[in-house]
Amino acid sequence: MMAYFAALDPMTLVRALPGNVAQGLIWGIMALGVYLTYRILDFPDLTVDGSLALGGAVAVTLIQGGMHPALSLIFAALAGMLAGMITGLLHTTLGIPGILASILTQISLYSVNLRIMGKANQSIGIGQKGLVASLRFVSADDSYVFFLRLLIICLALVAAVYWMFGTEIGSAIRATGCNEQMARAQGINTNVAKVIALMISNGLVGLCGGIYAQYQGSADVNSGRGAIVIGLAAVIISEVLFARLCAGRKTAFAYTLSAVFVGAILYYIAYTLVLWLKMPSDYMKLFSAIVVTIFLAIPYLREHYSVKRRRS
Amino acid sequence: MAYMLEIQDLHKTFNKGTINEKAALNGVNLKLRQGDFVTIIGGNGAGKSTALNAIAGVWPVDQGSIVVDGKDITALPEHKRASCLGRVFQDPMTGTAATMSIEDNMAIAARRGQRRGLSWGITRKEREWFKEQLGELGLGLEERLSSKVGLLSGGQRQAITLLMAALKEPRLLLLDEHTAALDPKTAATVLALSDKIIKEHHLTAMMVTHNMKDALMHGNRLIMMHEGRVIYDADEEEKKNLKVADLLKKFEEASGNEFDNDRMMLTK
Repeated sequence: MMAYFAALDPMTLVRALPGNVAQGLIWGIMALGVYLTYRILDFPDLTVDGSLALGGAVAVTLIQGGMHPALSLIFAALAGMLAGMITGLLHTTLGIPGILASILTQISLYSVNLRIMGKANQSIGIGQKGLVASLRFVSADDSYVFFLRLLIICLALVAAVYWMFGTEIGSAIRATGCNEQMARAQGINTNVAKVIALMISNGLVGLCGGIYAQYQGSADVNSGRGAIVIGLAAVIISEVLFARLCAGRKTAFAYTLSAVFVGAILYYIAYTLVLWLKMPSDYMKLFSAIVVTIFLAIPYLREHYSVKRRRS
Repeated sequence: MAYMLEIQDLHKTFNKGTINEKAALNGVNLKLRQGDFVTIIGGNGAGKSTALNAIAGVWPVDQGSIVVDGKDITALPEHKRASCLGRVFQDPMTGTAATMSIEDNMAIAARRGQRRGLSWGITRKEREWFKEQLGELGLGLEERLSSKVGLLSGGQRQAITLLMAALKEPRLLLLDEHTAALDPKTAATVLALSDKIIKEHHLTAMMVTHNMKDALMHGNRLIMMHEGRVIYDADEEEKKNLKVADLLKKFEEASGNEFDNDRMMLTK
């Protein structure tokens, strides 16, 4: 036992922090997309696992073909939007239940991603210039430039989503997610609203996939496996921890969106902590699932418990 | 003279070809003039709410036509019909978006029938307009524009739904037992409010109700439905002299006749 604790070096945790923040900020972009479908549209969208890998595949393939890494991200986002559109159309025009429609898209994307990359894994050349994100930047001397850039990207995305959901179309999407009957009675084409929301969401996920592939230096056909769980973890952690802080403010929505990124960073810190405790890395998906379970259960149990207490 | 609403021979059968088959509408005919306020009564399963849903386009009808202000809307999807309709539902939760603020809900209603684009979802001018409108309700809601609708009581939500329904001066206002889920006092308030709004905007309206007194006290026309048909249609003059007892008698006649018919069929 003593030997176990002695082998744990707190400095390892501290050293891992910048990496956690970077990963959290990048995955936060995906979590932002998950927030839009899961919370605002009330649509359990599992397309995410596929569109994340799709974004990576598109970005890496285009970079290998000579495209500038920053430009490749636009195509990664567009590819994600296309994937979201397909899920949306499967659901709205063919009447397939949402969760199933998204699974169908996700599973087809596996093949699509293999086709795009030609094999299961493709990497970017070591000397690749102009990367938006890279593991190398985290420990570089001028790492603050990288973190600043990442932060600006994330804030810009929060601002864009905040603006989008304040517009007439955005309001229509919010109404659709909240009360479809009301939305239709007020003349909103709820099918169109759903498709647009799924496109925006998966566009963000594709963008995240592209940035993450650059960060890792490679794209993998399996990189999206379980992504939805990480996205949910970030969303739910942020809600449990920051709901009270965000509520009631005039710009509560902007706070909530930003909190998703903090949730993602906290998730990666917890993730590193568990690895640091020498948990085998094979168990990490299990760990992710447990984190989501706990944070999903907290609000429910809290409510349940307080009801009981009031009665007695 | 042109009619504001013209329903011809409306038929709708649910679960066709199954053991649960139910002929909900069996040839409904109805004509409303501009400014008519008709109350609709009838027993359970008479087709009152179904008729309103058919007009609103919740599902396509099997047969018949619906013309509102000279425009045939029979084939239009629900969200397209919304431009000429205002609706209030039985469940106060149905008419508003609970997680959105009062002003957001009203802004959505203010864009009913318009193209929604990328301009901001609510303008400052609208806010003033909503405040004014809410003030007329006398419920103090004008000070709570940014409150979530989910925090309000059923009566408050119904009042807001009414405002939203009337905001764009609909050709036709559909009230589907909109006071049935409220306590008597709130129900009376919401009913009085409905009367006021209909009068002020000169709306053509249909109100389904289970309460025969309400049906007699409100509106200028009354129809009774039974088994998917209009079995009694009282015009303004006739309605003035109607009493609850008369309606009950009519109601019994209708179901009694039906019973006789059944017996006749059995003995044949």
